[in-house]
Amino acid sequence: MGKGKLVIHQETLDQEKIDKLVKICPFNAIEDKGNGILDINSGCKMCKICVRKGPAGSITYVEEETIAIDKSKWRGVAVFIEHDGKKIHPVSFELIGKAKELAAVTKHPVIAILMTDNKKLFEEEILSYGVDDLYIYESPDLGHFNVEKYTACMENFIKKVQPSSILYGGTATGRSFAPRVAAKFRTGLTADCTILGMKENTDLIQNRPAFGGNVMASIVCPNNRPQMATVRYKIFKMPEKDTPHGKVHDMVIDFDLKSNMKLLEVKNKPDVIDISEAETIVAIGRPFKTEEDVKLAKELAHLLDAQLAVTRPLVESSGADAKTQIGLSGRTITPKLLINLGISGAVQFTAGMTGAEVVFSVNSDKNAPIFDVSHYGIVGDVFEILPKLIENIKTMKGVK
Amino acid sequence: MNIVTCIKQVPASSDVEIDPVTGNLIRDGNNTKMNPYDLYAIETALRIKALAGEEETTVSTISMGPNQAVAVLEESLWMGCDNGTLLSDRKFAGADVVATSYALSQGIVSLGKFDLIICGKQTTDGDTAQVGPEIAEHLGIPHVAYVDKIIEVKESSIIVSTSMDKTVEVWEVNFPCLITVDKGIFTPRLPSFKRSREIKKEQIVIKSFADMDDTNEANYGLKGSPTQVERMFPPTKNNEKVLWEGNDLADKIADKMQELKLI
Repeated sequence: MGKGKLVIHQETLDQEKIDKLVKICPFNAIEDKGNGILDINSGCKMCKICVRKGPAGSITYVEEETIAIDKSKWRGVAVFIEHDGKKIHPVSFELIGKAKELAAVTKHPVIAILMTDNKKLFEEEILSYGVDDLYIYESPDLGHFNVEKYTACMENFIKKVQPSSILYGGTATGRSFAPRVAAKFRTGLTADCTILGMKENTDLIQNRPAFGGNVMASIVCPNNRPQMATVRYKIFKMPEKDTPHGKVHDMVIDFDLKSNMKLLEVKNKPDVIDISEAETIVAIGRPFKTEEDVKLAKELAHLLDAQLAVTRPLVESSGADAKTQIGLSGRTITPKLLINLGISGAVQFTAGMTGAEVVFSVNSDKNAPIFDVSHYGIVGDVFEILPKLIENIKTMKGVK
Repeated sequence: MNIVTCIKQVPASSDVEIDPVTGNLIRDGNNTKMNPYDLYAIETALRIKALAGEEETTVSTISMGPNQAVAVLEESLWMGCDNGTLLSDRKFAGADVVATSYALSQGIVSLGKFDLIICGKQTTDGDTAQVGPEIAEHLGIPHVAYVDKIIEVKESSIIVSTSMDKTVEVWEVNFPCLITVDKGIFTPRLPSFKRSREIKKEQIVIKSFADMDDTNEANYGLKGSPTQVERMFPPTKNNEKVLWEGNDLADKIADKMQELKLI
């Protein structure tokens, strides 16, 4: 176990090598300081391409010894139970299902942790998914999510129970809460994992799209516990219910639930268009620039009783509604039919659509990655195909 | 009032690919821009400055990255911020979220007293949305994420509205605190050419490891990073695919959809 550093061997360098090294770094982290001096700055991501591909021996990677933690003292795969005071968010159950698979590898217990002002509302339902232990912090102060109070509870839980891993839903709440816990314990938190696995040595394998989404990164947290991850809703399957057998632990709140923030008002958002529940979706990408273009796609969506969805570039550049965005930074969808129009298929997007049953994609670029994740790929100009397709469907449905 | 906004230089395009032969990242590192969400953070800071009093309020920007990242600090000054600080040191290299947020929190402390820290909700290259909340925890101050409205700036607190998944919440948070802002909170102003000519060199400072309060190297860079990227790999592909080219494509789609009983 060790962490290393890059060592620059200045004596081996000449201007040609310096230029080569500056150029080879994909992160602009190698700097020519002049007078034959080379430096590495904070842009470095330790990809070590300079060690492997640079002039031999100019930059080397030196392992440094670190003190290994005792991982056997950290047991259990824990899931943060998220609720709105009335209902548990289904992502929590999806995570319990995944936690069971992960815990089976290391024979660890599956743990649920709940903060609430009324445990009776949730206790039975959590146990029905077959967790081994349920830890509850109950107080009138914990009715609504408050990041400071919840972090205080989680701190108490981690110190007392020492779970090996903690999973959070990648919801607005989870994504605000989990980082605070990570910073408190100076431990790793991987956002928006799409695949989780467990090593026999209890290291959690956390895969997520990286660098804007055309690459998958496999991330581990080899020498810190607890190891933590957030996972978006609908990435994992909803598990079947199980025989309740879990032990309930009512935790004593003997610590301060103070807060420097006060909730003044909560309003439900007006009827949100929820593409994550839609059965049929027509998704459009960058080529849909004008209102006329979008109108065509809407017509197709209307004919198919489909929701219209978009890619991130349309949200960022054309101001499309972010709630209709498919992808890692948008919604995860699980429709029966998905029609992608003019979408190239960055992982950022495809991560949100892998649950679609049948995928048709139209794109003019034969090599577009969207075709790798589509059942039916159509290479052609979307604006030539679309009007004809609309006519065809109208004929089939007998619509004028 | 002292406001600090955290900003980052990101690649202009997110088109990074893996060389299928060598497994190396292929990335165009030369085209960069300011993380788009940070423009909203800066605009929010400048609007609050206008509310709280131009004379009594300072807006500082801070960033960590290579020396080229000075460009985004300059841009922030052209937009109207008062000063910029770049954290650049080899000891900060290889930092994950914990180490990045820690270095930034130390950099913020080195600027002196602060009341409000504003971050964009996420970056377009890291995409984690974690750095803001982690900075708040390192500093022991409250935070509100996904702020979409500034409702009132009071003497010792701020009232904001935040957009959660299914609700809109209004929070009053005491200073000092941190907020992360979403797109659309305000329309970011353009950098001013006039201001760009008035900027003085001293308005941008480069700080290194030696300028930090905490000089324990184990808390920074790769050493202070609990996570490790084990490997990078191209996404999995769907092998059972049909690719149609040529003529009558619309007919083929419609026929297949009918065959699958999707129409």
